[in-house]
Amino acid sequence: MAKYILRRVIYMFITFFLIATATFFLMKALPGSPISSAAKLSPSQLAIVEAKYDLDKPVAVQYGKYMLNLAKGDLGVSFQFKNASVTELIMKRLGPSFLLGSQGLILGVAIGIILGMIAALRQNTIWDYGSTLIAIIGISIPSFVFATLLQYWLAVKWQIFPVALWKDGWMSSVLPSIALAMGPLATASRFIRTEMIEVLGSDYITLAKSKGASGFEVAFKHAFRNALIPLVTVLGPLAAGLLTGSLVIEKIFAIPGIGEQFVKSIMTDDFPIIMGTTLFFSAFLILVIFVVDILYGIIDPRIRLSGGSN
Amino acid sequence: MKNSKFLWLFGLMLVLSVFLAACGDKEDATTTKEDKNSTTETSKETAAVIDEDQVLNLIEGAEIPTMDSSLMTDQVGFIVLNNVNEGLYRLNPENVAVPAISDGEPTVSEDGLVYTFKIRDANWSDGSPVTANDFEYAWKRAMNPDMASEYGPYMMSGVIKNATEISEGTVDYNELGIKALDEKTLEVTLEKPVPYFLSLMSFGTFYPLKEAFVTAQGDNYAKNSDSVLYNGPFTLADWDGTGLTWKYLKNDQYWDKDTVKLTEINVDVVKEVPTAVNLYTNGEKDRVGLSGDYASQYADDPEVVNQPDTAVYYFKYNQERLGKKSPLANVNIREAISKGFNKEDLTSVVLANGSMPASYLIPKDFYFDEDGNDFRGVNGDMTAFDLEAAQAAWEKGLAELGVKEISIELLGSDSDVSKKMDEYLKSQLEKNLPGLKMSLKEVPFAVRLDLDTNQDYDIEFAGWGPDYQDPYSFLNLWETGGGNNHMSYSSSEYDQLLKDINGKLALDPEARWNAMAKAEKLVVGEDYAIGPVYQKGAMILEKSYVKGIAKHPFGGDYSYKWAYIEGKN
Repeated sequence: MAKYILRRVIYMFITFFLIATATFFLMKALPGSPISSAAKLSPSQLAIVEAKYDLDKPVAVQYGKYMLNLAKGDLGVSFQFKNASVTELIMKRLGPSFLLGSQGLILGVAIGIILGMIAALRQNTIWDYGSTLIAIIGISIPSFVFATLLQYWLAVKWQIFPVALWKDGWMSSVLPSIALAMGPLATASRFIRTEMIEVLGSDYITLAKSKGASGFEVAFKHAFRNALIPLVTVLGPLAAGLLTGSLVIEKIFAIPGIGEQFVKSIMTDDFPIIMGTTLFFSAFLILVIFVVDILYGIIDPRIRLSGGSN
Repeated sequence: MKNSKFLWLFGLMLVLSVFLAACGDKEDATTTKEDKNSTTETSKETAAVIDEDQVLNLIEGAEIPTMDSSLMTDQVGFIVLNNVNEGLYRLNPENVAVPAISDGEPTVSEDGLVYTFKIRDANWSDGSPVTANDFEYAWKRAMNPDMASEYGPYMMSGVIKNATEISEGTVDYNELGIKALDEKTLEVTLEKPVPYFLSLMSFGTFYPLKEAFVTAQGDNYAKNSDSVLYNGPFTLADWDGTGLTWKYLKNDQYWDKDTVKLTEINVDVVKEVPTAVNLYTNGEKDRVGLSGDYASQYADDPEVVNQPDTAVYYFKYNQERLGKKSPLANVNIREAISKGFNKEDLTSVVLANGSMPASYLIPKDFYFDEDGNDFRGVNGDMTAFDLEAAQAAWEKGLAELGVKEISIELLGSDSDVSKKMDEYLKSQLEKNLPGLKMSLKEVPFAVRLDLDTNQDYDIEFAGWGPDYQDPYSFLNLWETGGGNNHMSYSSSEYDQLLKDINGKLALDPEARWNAMAKAEKLVVGEDYAIGPVYQKGAMILEKSYVKGIAKHPFGGDYSYKWAYIEGKN
């Protein structure tokens, strides 16, 4: 186990390094300039501004400098926010994104699992159709449509929750979290339903039943556990996406999150933020995948985390 | 089979419910509108004195990127700066530059080169006095190469003595033409007489900075609202440097604090218009800018205020694409396109956001002579929609080029409104100019800039907002080889006019005015170097109790110094 984890950690570093390198060169291939008033500056003045941000150096030199700074934990200073360090910006913006993401994920997965199980256990009944319909709605209607409807009905019309802005504490997070939950809800319910139906029809369930196991026992002890594996696989990347910000939802509810900022940084060629945010996202995703692999072993003891010596 | 029918039924119900919800929206909107009407009328009847509670709630469309006046380049930043700081001059509600930190008008040397300002008794928000040194320090700081300021050299070059040489690196920044003769006397030496110099003094880059404070803050300077000093009508509060929210609080140290009525302004950044409109409808915000579909939806709302802007949008005709002569090198082709589409329909139906058709370069309500005559009156509309003239020029152009068909690419932005507009322009021009094939290329701003710099386009849809209150801010864009030209337009007559406008005619307002009129006529109505399309306008929803917000044609767009709340309760 220890050997396996060590090997995985080394792979994680290599992956991270490759992503950093690829992003850096892709970013340099973006057209345009991060200097907002470049068109207004004289060539000599433009040269001074470019020199300040090392943009006048060859790309290889910029890359070397960037990687050295990265090793020291320095992600540089943003072009848009002229004296804000990228680390500071990410840290400030991450809190709201993380809160919304985790609430949305937990809510969505919890309800999704319940709906999926009901659908599987009551196959081809009104319960099944109902939860399937909810899943279809969740998948086919984008989260921003839910967000707009929730905002209109629950905030503007009935005034239960704030319309937008990040000012009313936890209450501000309710509507965006619900809007975000629809995606994972649909995914979770679909996976659980399909997997459980398959598992419920397998031989060992028939055996368990014939041995006198109760319906509850069969559903939770045997079927549910096995149905969780594929769900965990898709939930990993889904969690990384949700926790690191949803740009549309953040924009609709005017939340100071990282998602919208990331898109803006690409539009304005704000290299330090593009790099910083991408690296943060990738590090997070790499970590999530790692955790998912560990979880496999816990959920299903048949999957052994053995080392490469076998 | 049974399954699918069931699902189909559910699907139908879903569609119906969404449809009904949408209908509900409309009804509600109407009711709200009527309610608003009655509120407006009541408030008009009852309002007599201004409210006790002077709090304004506003929305901005973007964050403040920096509060360092030497580094500031963006619209939102300049709005904030204009309200929390003050320079030698300030634009009043009528957009006339009036003395602010300058104690009355300066004395000017006979040759128009040396201005001597007296500094009035004004304080920074920490209680210390604003001195002449604060201006000298700020201006030199903006020219210091270590700062790598973008607007410092841009605004000062060719205006303040030595600024051009400093930005080229041949003269030390300490040699800039500004000197504090004593605590209260400031001497500014210009490169040449500059007729619009005093209005320039209201621009944020020229505001003072207290050296001791800036130095003490070091790298932390202007990182949040606590690490800046204020000398304007308001101070900034609760701004963390990158956040979506901030406040303006009345500045008790401001020299003209008795004029300021608002005690607090709460600002939140909301980037989605529907969200902003919801906040407005809920009463959380007092004013919101409309765009896109929302502009046409609210066009007849009694709370809508139309606000003309001074940005002008036009076609840039590239005469040499990637070093090869393009069809647009032909003046008749350019004339045909300039006059070949209906601008009225474009602004009233397609844009429908308060913008107005433009057949000129220098915007309306921007520049006036001493008697208050708008410069716009001089040349009138030079490229108004004229199908006959357009087609005649088109035929002539085709004959000169010896072709029957021309394919042209229109380069535009990738926003929804731009795409809609480009489609309209394409259909109009293809219909009105037989033989024209127009392809559309819609790209993000950064890409467009890149294509512009490399002159890799046929026609580019571009725009310009002025940096100072003078037609020269627009006219100098088309100088031969100029940084914004990028379309191979070159006219020695035009270049000479620019030289005169910015040189020997500086002290002769009438001759200068005429020269500027001639230059505009040349670039728009004779050489058809550019094809003006529209002058930008803004549509704003504003509660009837909000009074006195001043809109400016350049620099910081708004002043809240004279704003107040009347009849809210």
